[in-house]
Amino acid sequence: MSTIVIDNKSYEVKQGKNLLEACLGLGIDLPYFCWHPALGSVGACRQCAVKVYKDEHDTHGKLMMSCMENIKDGLRVSVADKAAQAFRSQVIEWLMTNHPHDCPVCDEGGSCHLQDMTVMTGHDYRRYHFKKRTYNNQYLGPFIHHEMNRCIQCYRCVRYYHDYAGGKDLNVFAAHNHVYFGREQDGVLQSPFSGNLAEICPTGVFTDKTLREHYTRKWDLTTAPSVCQHCSLGCNTIAGERYGQLRCITNRFNSQVNGYFLCDRGRFGYEFVNSENRITQPLIRNQAVEAVDETTLMGHMRKLMTDHTLIGIGSPRASIESNVALMQLVGKENFYQGVSDNVRFIEKRIVEVLQTGVVKTASLQDIQQADAILILGEDIWNTAPVMALAVRQSVLKTAAHHALKHNTGIPTWHDAAVQELVQEEKGFLANCTITASPIDEISSCIAHNAPDDLARLGFAVAHQLNGSLPRVLVDEDTLAEVIDIAVFLQQAKRPVIISGTSCYNEALIRAAYDIAVACKTPDKEVRLAYVMPECNSMGLAMMQAPSFETAVLRATREKNITAIILENDLYRNAPAMVADLFFNSVQHCIVLDSLNNLTTQQADILMPAATFAEGDGTLVNYEGRAQRFFRVFMPGQATIQESWKWLLKLQALRTGVLNEGELHPEDVLKQAEQLLPQFAGISASAPHHDFRINGQALPREPHRYSGRTAMLSNLAVSEPKPKQDNDSPFTFTMEGYSGMPPSPLIPFFWSPGWNSIQAVNKYQQEPGGSLKNEQAGIHLFKYNPHAVPVYFKDIPEAFMIRNDRWLLFPQYHVLGSEELSAYSKGVRELSPETYVAMSASDMARHGLTNEHVVTIKVFEQNWDLPVKADSSLPNGLVLIPAGLHGMAVPNWNAYVIIMKGNR
Amino acid sequence: MERPLTQYIHPGCPPFDIREYEMTGGYSALRKALSSMTPKEVQDLVKDSGLKGRGGAGFSTGIKWSVVPMGEDAPRLKYLIANADEMEPGTFKDRLLLEGNPHQLIEGMILAAFAIQAEESFIFLRWAYKKAAQLLRKSIHEAYKAGFLGKNILDSGFSLEMHLHTGVGRYMCGEETALLNALEGKRATPRAKPPYPQISGLYGKPTIVNNVETLCNIPHIVNNGVEWFKGLSNSEDSGTKLYGVSGKVNNPGCWELPMGVTIRELIEEHAGGMKNGYQLKGVLPGGASTDFLTAEHLDIKMDFASVQKAGSRLGTGTMVVMDDATCPVGFVHNLQHFFAQESCGWCTPCREGLPWVEKMLLSLEQGSGTAADMELLEMHTHMLGPGNTFCALAPGAMEPLQSALKYFKDDFEKHISLHKCPYE
Repeated sequence: MSTIVIDNKSYEVKQGKNLLEACLGLGIDLPYFCWHPALGSVGACRQCAVKVYKDEHDTHGKLMMSCMENIKDGLRVSVADKAAQAFRSQVIEWLMTNHPHDCPVCDEGGSCHLQDMTVMTGHDYRRYHFKKRTYNNQYLGPFIHHEMNRCIQCYRCVRYYHDYAGGKDLNVFAAHNHVYFGREQDGVLQSPFSGNLAEICPTGVFTDKTLREHYTRKWDLTTAPSVCQHCSLGCNTIAGERYGQLRCITNRFNSQVNGYFLCDRGRFGYEFVNSENRITQPLIRNQAVEAVDETTLMGHMRKLMTDHTLIGIGSPRASIESNVALMQLVGKENFYQGVSDNVRFIEKRIVEVLQTGVVKTASLQDIQQADAILILGEDIWNTAPVMALAVRQSVLKTAAHHALKHNTGIPTWHDAAVQELVQEEKGFLANCTITASPIDEISSCIAHNAPDDLARLGFAVAHQLNGSLPRVLVDEDTLAEVIDIAVFLQQAKRPVIISGTSCYNEALIRAAYDIAVACKTPDKEVRLAYVMPECNSMGLAMMQAPSFETAVLRATREKNITAIILENDLYRNAPAMVADLFFNSVQHCIVLDSLNNLTTQQADILMPAATFAEGDGTLVNYEGRAQRFFRVFMPGQATIQESWKWLLKLQALRTGVLNEGELHPEDVLKQAEQLLPQFAGISASAPHHDFRINGQALPREPHRYSGRTAMLSNLAVSEPKPKQDNDSPFTFTMEGYSGMPPSPLIPFFWSPGWNSIQAVNKYQQEPGGSLKNEQAGIHLFKYNPHAVPVYFKDIPEAFMIRNDRWLLFPQYHVLGSEELSAYSKGVRELSPETYVAMSASDMARHGLTNEHVVTIKVFEQNWDLPVKADSSLPNGLVLIPAGLHGMAVPNWNAYVIIMKGNR
Repeated sequence: MERPLTQYIHPGCPPFDIREYEMTGGYSALRKALSSMTPKEVQDLVKDSGLKGRGGAGFSTGIKWSVVPMGEDAPRLKYLIANADEMEPGTFKDRLLLEGNPHQLIEGMILAAFAIQAEESFIFLRWAYKKAAQLLRKSIHEAYKAGFLGKNILDSGFSLEMHLHTGVGRYMCGEETALLNALEGKRATPRAKPPYPQISGLYGKPTIVNNVETLCNIPHIVNNGVEWFKGLSNSEDSGTKLYGVSGKVNNPGCWELPMGVTIRELIEEHAGGMKNGYQLKGVLPGGASTDFLTAEHLDIKMDFASVQKAGSRLGTGTMVVMDDATCPVGFVHNLQHFFAQESCGWCTPCREGLPWVEKMLLSLEQGSGTAADMELLEMHTHMLGPGNTFCALAPGAMEPLQSALKYFKDDFEKHISLHKCPYE
């Protein structure tokens, strides 16, 4: 700690920070633009000027940029100094000379950092009376709107997009007061992290284009803390609603999980909530009027619930509450996972490994802080994008750490100087995957192999680290890589091993674990991360139920089975043949879901489920972190209910016992804890429904929320009674506790004078640090330092190329492979066309060119797909895009026949 | 009077090739240093000589070098760069040296590189100096062939590569850190200091950037020693200086003279006095980014301390003379147009302030200026001061403006009261 003096008052502040961070951390408001906690300092905008004095006798002082001033003991500064204030106000006047002052029609208005800083400096009347310079805007794709005239040239966009996220197609062009931030020419932004531009930009240059389609000011949004539904990372989000429509997703800072950034799938994948394809009414099929009300439905259900054998098919995208409610309804022995056998097998292994407690799981923050990373098999760029962003930060930070060791004097926050020193150097990252991904360019070691060979490589690394483990015969090149990887993992203090389910290969899971255990020593922190397919795959897998195929088998053998399918399009999780067989075998089929799909078409009874925006629930992310998402708004139709609510009602029908009073999410979670001890503690993942501060509930609406007396005046002139929420500590109004809520309950970031997302500073212990009293969910896997590790050792055979068959694997795409986000217009637009990828030499050998269509045969299924060469793909493998909308699911990791078709 | 730097330069005649250069004592300093001196000794010699940077800032060259990490553990590669991006309006002294005696620069660079033990060197040349580019290419080739460049120079074990890099015409590249960024292929924006280039320069490695004229002095200091170098000068600053005069004088030009000649001597003796019918109204003593001096300052010595004391800067030592028939407002507007255009766009005050200043000066010149503009101009001269901006471009741009507002205030006010330029 250092003692510094600000305006004649002494403060104790942390060393290694800059003065701007220190001031903001102390609650002293200093305006800034080019600095950002995640980006560091470059000293460009000159907005954060303060007076710095040599010593207590210096009365004159010197204007210095606080973001470029290192904290040192005895530093004397003045923020309130007249000259410093005048300069800060002058900087705003300069920035405003060309700004269009179009706040009333600007999407950023009301959540604009430039507005906040302008007010903060006190600049008011403009003295510049010449013409403003203007720019042409660009088309940047379906997600980001571009309005260059508003630009204040803080350079944060390119520093984020280029330096932080590794994008290449957004740049700064021209010079002097014609500096331009955009692409070389109009076109879709190529980075899957482009949406963050809307939050990084301090004004309205880059804004959320999807929000524009149904625009609402930040202050008019009803918001709630939420958790992203589009992959297994569990990024924290804020979801905002008005007029019964979900309007936008923004980032919810959390130092352990996603920090400041989201991927485009997470940010723009929300439109399914507003989809016309939503199921809004209960249906009883095969009767004159299919749409029914709740009473009719329940009447109909009574018999089904009592006279039949019920089996439940759970869902990796439904909440723990819903899955557990289903398990309770049908009984443990009748509950199935709703994922295919091969996936369940791998996921079971993952859960097993993590439950041993031998190795800690790696949070995204741990990954950022790692000093060596091995990725074994998983294509994280496409299956867990924000993890790829975290991996990039590890690579950059490790290189910086290394460079700074020899050059004391350059502080870590000095972004420009650090980058200059680091140049092209990189921290260690080994990316061992089936084929190339954008991560390769930051990797020091790259291997593209068949999954079995990747697993062998992994076991070879484990052997290299621990000679007592079995040796693996690998070729010379691979051995060199193996040694390289082992050396770096051994030297590292905080190595992370990443694998996952997307290769459909269980040996990879074991290999990753063996490596982690083998490089564990008392002086280092080894961590392990397994990427899972969906947002609650981990939660579902932890329930340890049999696979969907087992349910199918049972359905074919038993009669009188009524299946209840929870939020699961089985045609996405199993080949159509298998799903068809299931539906033909069960007697009755009850489906709960929010959107119509192939499975809901098979339903005899369809029950409309709430989406994440309309209900409460808990998801367990890839690291076993249980996090709550909260209802943002009440659905327009009362018939839309959370699945767990429907299932509780069905249970009441079945048992004949009416619940005494209503059950809240935490009650269901408590039942989960009783039913399944592995969920111990999960009911504490967020404060309970009756949580109050000073006796007050928490408002979902900011105190400036407008129009509530007018919004529905076309229907009735008197203001409707606000809807009640009995499941969470939130109200649907602007009334309630106005201070800072505990971290899982932050519905929006706002602080007096800080209307933009930069208000996050005020919620943090120090700028960029963790939230005050941060509680980032509950960890369900407990680390056990005394656990005795057991190695797996069994090593798969090397992959053998077959002459007439290819091994089929999925190629994931950030945009397109995930079910729900594909309902968003922009996501659909940027999804790839279907194709089959083969190695160039395989194609040549079979006389195929990029113009050919081939027929892929798996068992009885055929796919006609255009073929394309993938120069990184090993021979003998083929890839087809995973999860594309409307594309049937093949058997992955199976041998297929390929027949040459027409050009 | 000795003119070591320009002794063998005869404008109009081709420069010496390597044979002629060696015959007149060229590369003898290099032979001497490589055979009998340590890098530290060369550094100390230059430090003791009192040589100050001739690019404008006037910082001691020897002290600048002494910060470079030396020894086995020093980061590698180390770089030596000649700043030949001469773009200061009114300045044309380096051009004389580049076109007149390229081997002198090359020898100076090899010596400087030896002193800091650099392995790579670059000449960053202004794009428009086409002739100099051609001559430098030829001369570097000759030096390689003669064994003065490349591996194991003169069997000393010291190796140095040299590259010529031509810029694309940005004034900003004259700033040493922007030059480094440009050389790396990045935008020519300056870097924050610290860290200084000696610690983290080109590609993040220890780097020295010296002006052409500075480097041309090195061989002569090595050959003739400290006392000789100090004796060349008639002021506190050692050596000779290339001075230039442009404007409405009878004989504009560039001359190597003892450091510390007076402005009067320069204008009246060497430049042949003002042209008939013109009076001297003001002088920018060291290029466009220095404060005006006036007729009352003619006896000021042109050395770093004396010019500073008079309220301006020696800068590059090449002065622009403003006569009494030229409108100071138009004159300053022209300069501000240049600076506004050459701002790199990195920091707010420079990017937004300079175009505003330029517009106000134009509106004054066109007769539509107001008293409020005068206040705003005055405000900018303070707000764009040193430290407030990221680099020295905007503070430099304010120097002629603030002194014009001081010395030629009447002219500005007449523009406002007459609603037109009184010089029209």
